[in-house]
Amino acid sequence: MTVISPGSPPRAARRAPRRVPPALLVPAALTALLALAPIGYLVVRASEGGAATVLRVLARPRTLELAVRSLGLAAVVTVLCVVVGVSLAWLVVRTDLPGRRLFGVLAALPLAVPSYVAAYTWVAAFPGLPAASGFGGSVLVLTLCSYPYVYLPVAAALGRMDPAMEEVALSLGRSRMSVVLRRLRPAAAVGGLLVAMYVLAEFGAVSIMRFDVFTTQIHTSYRASFDRTPAAVLGLLLVLITLLIVVAEARTRGRAAYAGRGAPARRPAVVRLRAKPLAVAWAGGIAALAVGFPLVSIGYWLAEGASARLRPGELIEAVTATLAVSAAGAAVTTALAVPVGVIAARYRGRTAAFLEQCTYAGHSLPGIVIALSLVFFAVRYAEPLYQRAPLLVIAYAVLFLPAAVGSVRASVLQSPPVLEEVARSLGRTPLRAICQVTLPLAFPGVLAGAALVFLTAMKELPATLLLRPTGMDTLATRLWTETGSGSYAAAAPYAALLMLLAAIPGFLLGRRATREDA
Amino acid sequence: MRLVVDGVDKSFGGTRVLDRCSLVVAEGELAAVLGPSGCGKTTLLRVIAGFERADAGTVTIGGREVTGLPPERRGVGIVPQEAALFPHLSVARNVGFGLPRGSRDRIEECLDLVGLAGLGDRMPHELSGGQQQRVALARALAPRPGVVLLDEPFNALDRALRAAVREQVREALGRAGATAVLVTHDQEEALSMADTVAVMREGRIVQQDTPAAVYSAPGDLGVATFVGEAVVLKAHATGGAASCALGDLPRRPGGRDGPGHVAVRPEQLVLSDPGGRPGEPHGRVERVEFYGHDAAVTVELDTGDTVRVRTGGDVRHRPGDRVAVGVRGTVLFFPG
Repeated sequence: MTVISPGSPPRAARRAPRRVPPALLVPAALTALLALAPIGYLVVRASEGGAATVLRVLARPRTLELAVRSLGLAAVVTVLCVVVGVSLAWLVVRTDLPGRRLFGVLAALPLAVPSYVAAYTWVAAFPGLPAASGFGGSVLVLTLCSYPYVYLPVAAALGRMDPAMEEVALSLGRSRMSVVLRRLRPAAAVGGLLVAMYVLAEFGAVSIMRFDVFTTQIHTSYRASFDRTPAAVLGLLLVLITLLIVVAEARTRGRAAYAGRGAPARRPAVVRLRAKPLAVAWAGGIAALAVGFPLVSIGYWLAEGASARLRPGELIEAVTATLAVSAAGAAVTTALAVPVGVIAARYRGRTAAFLEQCTYAGHSLPGIVIALSLVFFAVRYAEPLYQRAPLLVIAYAVLFLPAAVGSVRASVLQSPPVLEEVARSLGRTPLRAICQVTLPLAFPGVLAGAALVFLTAMKELPATLLLRPTGMDTLATRLWTETGSGSYAAAAPYAALLMLLAAIPGFLLGRRATREDA
Repeated sequence: MRLVVDGVDKSFGGTRVLDRCSLVVAEGELAAVLGPSGCGKTTLLRVIAGFERADAGTVTIGGREVTGLPPERRGVGIVPQEAALFPHLSVARNVGFGLPRGSRDRIEECLDLVGLAGLGDRMPHELSGGQQQRVALARALAPRPGVVLLDEPFNALDRALRAAVREQVREALGRAGATAVLVTHDQEEALSMADTVAVMREGRIVQQDTPAAVYSAPGDLGVATFVGEAVVLKAHATGGAASCALGDLPRRPGGRDGPGHVAVRPEQLVLSDPGGRPGEPHGRVERVEFYGHDAAVTVELDTGDTVRVRTGGDVRHRPGDRVAVGVRGTVLFFPG
């Protein structure tokens, strides 16, 4: 018997269609417009005073000072995060550290601690101490909160590394470290750049630590003066710096994906540690400072507050307001994300790619800048919306659209396009095919994405501060206000609730990271 | 219903994938489109189904031209390579997807047709690969489509299963009286299943005929070597014979004279001890491949050409032996 082509090559990939149906295109275009609007309007507002004003603001010595502070903070925190993240990842994934699995879960847990909550716990425990305020305090808190952004990708890369490469290097006389570190560079770089982005956008922690950077100056400027143009200029400057980092991160992410493709056939060799107590002390120390200390501090202040007068009414109000506005934010964001996500998953071509990229505008931009721009817009054109909940929900939508679009896209990709084709061959129009086949299959993933947006919105601080209706407080704003006025005991319940809420995704992420290499 | 594809062109970017492609399938026939990977057969199916729009040419089903219609209005059923059952629906709801509500009887009938009666309440992930493929067929047949298209439907199954599922699918299509087009690169599949075989190459159908005719009377050298094995030798034809390294061999009457190639089927070659018949070419056995019930012997002729001969499993010759190679029957000659 004969076979025509033994080992025939795989089938050519189905070509995704280019033309996006109007039913999807129109809502997606509106969403993209909404995502781009804040930055667009910021440019308009900042240039209103003319080039002279812009240059005047930029040339102020204060501006240079803020730049040095913001960038300096970002640089120091990034370096420290890389050191902590890489060392922990190495210890958990590649060595025989006792209690590895526990440390693996603990290592990702700081994601559960919002940075301003951590700042509160340190300030409340050691008020006035130089290490716990100003630059030092900010570095400490931000490093402990952000190192998981380096730890997670590096741990994943280590787990996927092919041991054959290390063995070849050893056989050629090179050290194991040199090969491993070189392979880790892309993952560490991606994590490091993410850290830099978040530090630049950071507001809550640095303002509690009373360390002035761009974001806090924008907030003060907005509050204090009639003429808010300088705030707009500073906002734009911050956006520009952030965009440079975003571009660098996107480039490095591409290379990182290349380096770690596919799962190796064998598990890498486990390295025997020589100074086990030292390693345990290091891993345990980080976990204690990042997770243990905040819990202890909150516990202490909760106890303090229990003996003093507790104001349950305020607490319940804040909880209700937080739940309501976050739920609204999650619903609106997910609804806006569905058409864009479906397009990103099912269609290719310039239109599809452009729409998707637009919605990522809010990905890295500081919440305060987006809020500022929306304030400008509302004051000028949409007076009734100013200081009303809908504006806050819109801000949430712009901020969290990237996460929602990403999760819709991933869910729709789970449902192969051939199913839609079969549905069409059986008589369904394209839209009904999507509704009856693709969306039901994508629903669990979309729901998970909405849940993530819900949880993230509950922790949001800067945009909420700027845009909330007068008299409304969320858990985050209450914490910030009470900490600012030194009422640490009163702030404790809010801190505790926020930690609880944020713990859920952090815990799940940590479990998945260790399960991958288990 | 009768399917007529006439002169279809299709290009992607700058590449021409379908080139004046034409195919005719009579009502109730099972046609196999046979061709190597990349020849455009999947694109042809997608044009018939309506997922790609042809640049030129027409598609007619049951006398009605469907070229400009979207897939949902053509009445074409598809059975994809990976079955593609809707994972969130039961087997019965999968089969009934193209039917109006409350068509229990028709669903039962179709499940019975493919030999899966009573499995309506199962979920797709509870079925084996072969069963999923049959449910996909039932689903495509349920709304009584004009044409059913099958895209390499047995590729995802392992070899042992393939023959059995092939037979079941063929029977089901026969009982339903459906007009079907099956796309495959496996010539065994095409020859054994189909009523008519269309050989496809570089976007064109180069020959369409019954399986036996395509095998015994291929239109050109390409078809001769693609469908079945062939020993190809340079030759020169005059009258009723073609001269080549294997001697002067009788060829089909009515062909052109002149230089060209002969294609000899391996089962036409006979090995015997040297010196048997006068004029027979001699050679040396290079290699013997034993397959159990048959064997293949590679012989290097004295002229320098190498031929591969099929024999029964009880082959006596060993590498190094001298043999005579004879040819039974007429050979195929292709000029040029």
